[in-house]
Amino acid sequence: MKKKVLTVDDSRTIRNMLLVTLNNAGFETVQAEDGVEGLEVLEESNPDVIVTDINMPRLDGFGFIEGVRQNDRFRAIPILVLTTESDAEKKNRAREAGATGWIVKPFDPSKLIAAIERVTA
Amino acid sequence: MDMNEIKEIFFQECEEQLAELESGLLRLNDGDTDPETVNAVFRAVHSIKGGAGAFGLDDLVSFAHVFETTLDCVRSNKLEASPDLLKVMLRSADVLADLTAASRDGGTVEASRTSGLVAELEAYAKGQPLPSASAPAAPAPKPEAAPEAPVAEAPAATDDSGFQPVPFSFDSIDGDDELAINAAASVFTVRFKPRSDLYAKGNEAVLILRELAKLGDLQVRCETDDLPSLDLLDPEGAYFSWLIRVETESDEEAIRQVFEFVEWDSTVEITAGADEEAFAAPDAMGEEQPMAAVPFDLSLLEDEPVVATETAAPEAAPAAQEPAQLAPANMPLAAKAIAAEAEKKEAAVPAVPAAPQTIRVDLDRVDRLINLVGELVINQAMLAQSVVENESGGSSAVNLGLEELQQLTREIQDSVMAIRAQPVKPVFQRMGRIVREIADMTGKSVKLVTEGENTEVDKTVIDKIAEPLTHMIRNAVDHGLEGPEKRTELGKNPEGILKLSAKHRSGRIVIEIADDGAGINRERVKAKAIENGLITPESNLSDEDIDNLIFHPGFSTADKISDISGRGVGMDVVKRSIQALGGRISITSKPGKGSVFTMSLPLTLAVLDGMVVTVADQTLVVPLTAIVETLQPEKSDIHSFGPSQRLIAIRDTFCPLVDVGNILNFRADLANPVDGVALLVESEGGGQRALMVDAIQGQRQVVIKSLEANYTNVPGIAAATILGDGRVALILDVDAVVTASRGQPLSPDMMLAATG
Repeated sequence: MKKKVLTVDDSRTIRNMLLVTLNNAGFETVQAEDGVEGLEVLEESNPDVIVTDINMPRLDGFGFIEGVRQNDRFRAIPILVLTTESDAEKKNRAREAGATGWIVKPFDPSKLIAAIERVTA
Repeated sequence: MDMNEIKEIFFQECEEQLAELESGLLRLNDGDTDPETVNAVFRAVHSIKGGAGAFGLDDLVSFAHVFETTLDCVRSNKLEASPDLLKVMLRSADVLADLTAASRDGGTVEASRTSGLVAELEAYAKGQPLPSASAPAAPAPKPEAAPEAPVAEAPAATDDSGFQPVPFSFDSIDGDDELAINAAASVFTVRFKPRSDLYAKGNEAVLILRELAKLGDLQVRCETDDLPSLDLLDPEGAYFSWLIRVETESDEEAIRQVFEFVEWDSTVEITAGADEEAFAAPDAMGEEQPMAAVPFDLSLLEDEPVVATETAAPEAAPAAQEPAQLAPANMPLAAKAIAAEAEKKEAAVPAVPAAPQTIRVDLDRVDRLINLVGELVINQAMLAQSVVENESGGSSAVNLGLEELQQLTREIQDSVMAIRAQPVKPVFQRMGRIVREIADMTGKSVKLVTEGENTEVDKTVIDKIAEPLTHMIRNAVDHGLEGPEKRTELGKNPEGILKLSAKHRSGRIVIEIADDGAGINRERVKAKAIENGLITPESNLSDEDIDNLIFHPGFSTADKISDISGRGVGMDVVKRSIQALGGRISITSKPGKGSVFTMSLPLTLAVLDGMVVTVADQTLVVPLTAIVETLQPEKSDIHSFGPSQRLIAIRDTFCPLVDVGNILNFRADLANPVDGVALLVESEGGGQRALMVDAIQGQRQVVIKSLEANYTNVPGIAAATILGDGRVALILDVDAVVTASRGQPLSPDMMLAATG
C-alpha cells in the first residue's frame, strides 16, 4: 500500500516540486494551498504523513499543526514542517505547535524522502 | 513534469509574487496599516526566496533574504514602515524583479545596485532598538537557508558539523587512512527515555530505533520498570525507556542527529563506550523477566504500513506489549482496520473541493486555436458564398443551417478571443516602476494613480502597448511635470500626480495618461516647429494644431536631449507604433494645468469589423472603427480646389476628398466622385476626410493576416484578409492614406505592392 502524503504550501513551485519528488518516490500525494484547505483535505484524504509550509495566507503552518493535533482522529499523524529558516526560534514554535520534525528548504529529493521515512513506519 | 517545467512555473509564480509585492508596498505607502498587507508582502518575498533556493539561484536567494529580514522586522512591529523605508523597499522590489529576470534570461544585475540596497535594508533591520533573532542574520548576505545549511544534513558518515573526540582503537586503522577517524567502528551507549509529548507530536520511539539501526549494529533493551499496573496506566503516557548499544562507524554527532526531532521531548544520553554491565546483568533490572539483550529485528517494521496514523494513541500499543517483542502480533490487525477505514473514506469522498479553477495554458496553444478559428470563419464565409452562388432552389434547410453555423462561428470566435483577453494591470504595474525610476533621476516627486486596471484587452495588444506607454510616461514625468520647488512656487502640491487609466469605449480600449504639470508650452513648441521648418512663422494654427505638432517626426521640445526622454525616440514614433496597432492618439493640454494623452486601441489584433469596398476593381477592407458615415456625393457638393484637390460639402462644412484609388496608384486619373461613394473617416488629430471608393460591397468581420509577417510592410495598407470567395483583400491603413493625401506620397515600393 502506497503511503499517502498531504502537502500544504501556498507556493505553486514548491507544491509542484513536492508532487514530483513524492510521486517519483512512490508516494501518493494530496495537496492543499494553505492551512484552512489543509484541514479540509485532511478530513477527506486521511494521509499517513503531512508536510507543511509555515508562511501561508489564511491559516499559517503553526495554526494548521495545532488544528491537526486537536483533531482526535488525526492528532497522531507525523507532521514535517518545511522551513527556509534554520533558526531555532521558528523550529521551536513549530515544535510547540506539535510538529514532528522539519525539513529545511531548499530540500533535495533524498532529504525530503529521508525525513518522511524517518517519521513513518 | 520535469524540473525545467517546474522552473517555468517558478518564474511565472515570481511574476505574480512580484506584482503582489509591489501592489502591497504601494498600499502600505498609501497608509494601509492592515497587518495582512505586510504579511502578504513578506510572503511574496519569502516565496520567491524559497523557490529560488530550490533552483540554486544564489543571487536571488541572497537578496531576497536580506529583503525578507527587513520585512520581517516590519511584520513584527520592530520597524515602522516609514515613507523612506518604503521607498527603499520599492526600489528593492524593482531589483528583485531584475534579479528574477536575470535568473530567467541569464543576464546579470549590476552588483552596485544590489549591494547599495542590501546595505540600506540591513541598516534598517539593524537600526532597531530590539534586535531580533532575525537581525543577526542580516550582516551576512549569505542566507541561513543556503544549500549547505548544516541542520539539514541527514546523518551521514562524513558529517562535517563537528569533530567529536571519538574513541577508537588503533588496531582497526589498517589500510583506510582517509576514513580512519570515522571508519573505525566504535561503541556508544544510548539511554533514551521519551516523554509523552514525543508521542503526542507524532513521533515514535520505534522509528527512532530503526533510524539508529541504519548507523550500525544495535543491541536494544527496553526498560519497563516504570510501567504501572493496568488500572493506573495512562494510555497516552510514556513509560518505557530504552538502553541501546550501538556499534557504528559514525560519530556521536551522527547519533545525536537521529534524535534531532525528539531531543526536546525525551532524555537522550549518549556515552562513548559500551555499558557492558547493563547488558550483561539483566537480572539487576527486572526480577521475574529474563532480560537478555534482545537482538532487535527491524525487518518486523519494514512492512508495517501506518503505525503512526493509528487513531488510538500510538503509544498505547507498545505500552501494552511484552517488552521483548516490540511490534508483532497486534500490528497486522491495526493495519487492516486502518486500511479498511481508508478504503471507506476514499469511497465516500472522491475529490477535494476546489476554489474557482483556473488552468495555465501555453500561449502558443491559444494562438493556434485562434488561428484555426480564424480559418473556420473564413471557411464558413466561403461556404455561405458558394451556397448563394449555386442557389439550387434556395433550400431553406441549408440556409437555416448556414445561418446557425455563422452564429456559432461568431460565438466560438468571441469565446476564443475572451481566453486571450487579459487585464492591463501588469502593464500598469510596470509603469509604477518607470515612474519611480524617472522621478528619482529627475529629482521630481511623483505619485502614480491608476484606474481601470482590470480592463481587459487581447494579449497581443497588451504586449504592444507597453513600449509606447513607457515612452509617454517617461515624457510626462520628464517634460510634463514640474520639479517640486517650481510646483510649490506655483502653489501646487510638490508631489505631481500622474494618472493612468483604462476603460472600454465602443469596442475599443481607451488609455489616458494625465499629468497635472505645466501643460504644453505652445510658444516653445511653435518656435521649435518654425526653427525646424515644420511650419512658417505666418502659419495660423489653433491651439490644438500646435499641441499636435509634438507628434510630428523629429520634433523634440527638450532643449538638450536628456537621458530620459531623448533616446532618439520622439512622440512621432509613439504615434506610429500606436497607429500600427490600429490605434489613435491625441492630446489635450491646458497651460499650467497639465496634459492628457489619450490613446484608443482595438481590443484585439486578430479580427476586425470592416467595410468591404471596391476601388478600381480591387477589393479593399476599411476598418469600421475609422468610418464616421458614408454618403453618396452629389455633383453640386463637389468643389475643386487647386489643380488636384477637391472638397466635398457635407452639411455646413467642407471636407477634403481623398481618392483612394489614386493615392494607392490603382489608377492614374481621378475618379468621378458622383460615380462612387464617400466614406467620411476621422483621422488623427480629429480632422475628417472623405475617402472616395467606387462601391460598398458590404460589412463583415474579417480575420487579420499580417502583411509584415507574410510579405512585407506596405505603406497605405495595414494588413490583409481572406474573403468569403477565397480572394485576398487588403485592409486599408486609413491614417496613412490620409497623410499621403496631404501631399506626402507613399513610398515608391507602393506601386509594386499594390499591384503585386
